Amino acid sequence: MNLIKLLDSMCPDTNSAEDKDRFYSRRDAFRQFGDFSKKVAMAAVPLGVLNAIPHVAKADTASLIGVLNYALTLEHLEYRYYQMGLDSGVIEAPERVIFQKIRDHELAHVKFLQEVIANVLMGTPVAEPGFDFTAGGNFSPFTDYPTFLALSQAFEDTGVRAYKGQAANVQESDVVLTAALSIHSVEARHASMVRRLRTKKGQDTVKGWITNGSIGTLPAATTAIYAGEENLTHGGVNVSTATGIDAAAVSEGWDEPLSKDAVLGIASLFLAS
Amino acid sequence: MKKELIKPQGLVTNANRRQFLRVGTMTVAGAGLLLMGCNDDDDMVPTMPGKVNLGSGDTGILNYAYALEQLEAAFYAEVMKGSYFANASAEEKTIMGDLEKHERAHREFFKAALGTSAIGALEVDFSSIDFSSRNSVLGAAKTFEDLGVAAYNGAGQFLESPDFLLIAGKIVSVEARHAAAIRDLINPGSADFAGDDIIDANGLERTLNFTEVLTAASTYVKTEIDFSSLPS
Repeated sequence: MNLIKLLDSMCPDTNSAEDKDRFYSRRDAFRQFGDFSKKVAMAAVPLGVLNAIPHVAKADTASLIGVLNYALTLEHLEYRYYQMGLDSGVIEAPERVIFQKIRDHELAHVKFLQEVIANVLMGTPVAEPGFDFTAGGNFSPFTDYPTFLALSQAFEDTGVRAYKGQAANVQESDVVLTAALSIHSVEARHASMVRRLRTKKGQDTVKGWITNGSIGTLPAATTAIYAGEENLTHGGVNVSTATGIDAAAVSEGWDEPLSKDAVLGIASLFLAS
Repeated sequence: MKKELIKPQGLVTNANRRQFLRVGTMTVAGAGLLLMGCNDDDDMVPTMPGKVNLGSGDTGILNYAYALEQLEAAFYAEVMKGSYFANASAEEKTIMGDLEKHERAHREFFKAALGTSAIGALEVDFSSIDFSSRNSVLGAAKTFEDLGVAAYNGAGQFLESPDFLLIAGKIVSVEARHAAAIRDLINPGSADFAGDDIIDANGLERTLNFTEVLTAASTYVKTEIDFSSLPS
């Protein structure tokens, strides 16, 4: 990587004083917004308080709404998948408790995002799309338990990458960023649990963390979900070279983001046509 | 793109600074790649023995993460020397071995990234942990991993650089993966991997602020950590 370019991009040298002033005052506005809506959103949202929110530029609000609607789409997918899985009876009895918990979280995420979009950002939450979890007849997750688990892992690992890929896009709002981070780590806990469960059941050899860019025994269609996870270089430092720790372990120690386009490409396999 | 909080200071003008960076990055290859260009002179205060100052701005946040990664790495290194590990199941040996490597990699990454702004090595105190006891080791591992996730989640909003935010995001999800696995070792097959003790009714994982995290960590750290200059 071009180190000089990286440093240039991170240092304020190139900004004029006016740019900096503009930047800081804009950030201050969002900080106020953040502190305020934190109290609102986290506490299950009474609705009458909205006119007190400091003015936020329309374009920035629109961008936040866009990101959160993208997240909401993914949460709809996850919630519907687990609800259908629980309803179908495909999940073995001792493990229902795991998927009930995951389902509960995904439903809570759907409701939380709808609330923030509609009543904090004054936007319109996207409606739940129609899903086809057979991906055009290729998978049978609701009659074949190993397939159910495989797709669950795929969705959770995708979710982790999707939220990570949007962190910088919601950075202007402390409350939205913190909420997104707090969902992101929950998805990572789900992913770890499902991955280890599949291995315990002899369906794979994956660990709770992602080794290199390996898909394990998942269908080849999931390759895009793990592409890039083998990365060893962070902020210009190749951590394996710098530490002498093997590449597999270093790849496990950092999860990678995915772009919105890549995630929607993956999700589109499961949208009803 | 968001910029560093820190403004160039002192005698180095903008133009010269750029030149300095070009020379500096070549001669100090490996150390402090991320921060040497944007560093705040305030962070260079000499540290007193037994005490570290995390510094301010993004440097301070990265030092905060570095402190926690030091603690975790030291813990797993100690785990691997104890009799719990020697007698552990193959699965648990693999997990502990992986976690030791991941946390050591995180620690060394932050040390390299911070360069001359990095705090010194913390003196740890694990006298409250019985490294021959599975319950004690897994209980402490759960504390450290859950604490790490809550700390990163709480600190993300204070990072100014999107590059650092992404790096923190790459690490925190791995800490969450660890935490879920450790919780599942303690109470296998249950919903504890993402339990209601750390995840609220909105499905959001708890966040902890600097004071809460460092107070919890202080049981295991002898070195005094001054975090008074961290952003708020």
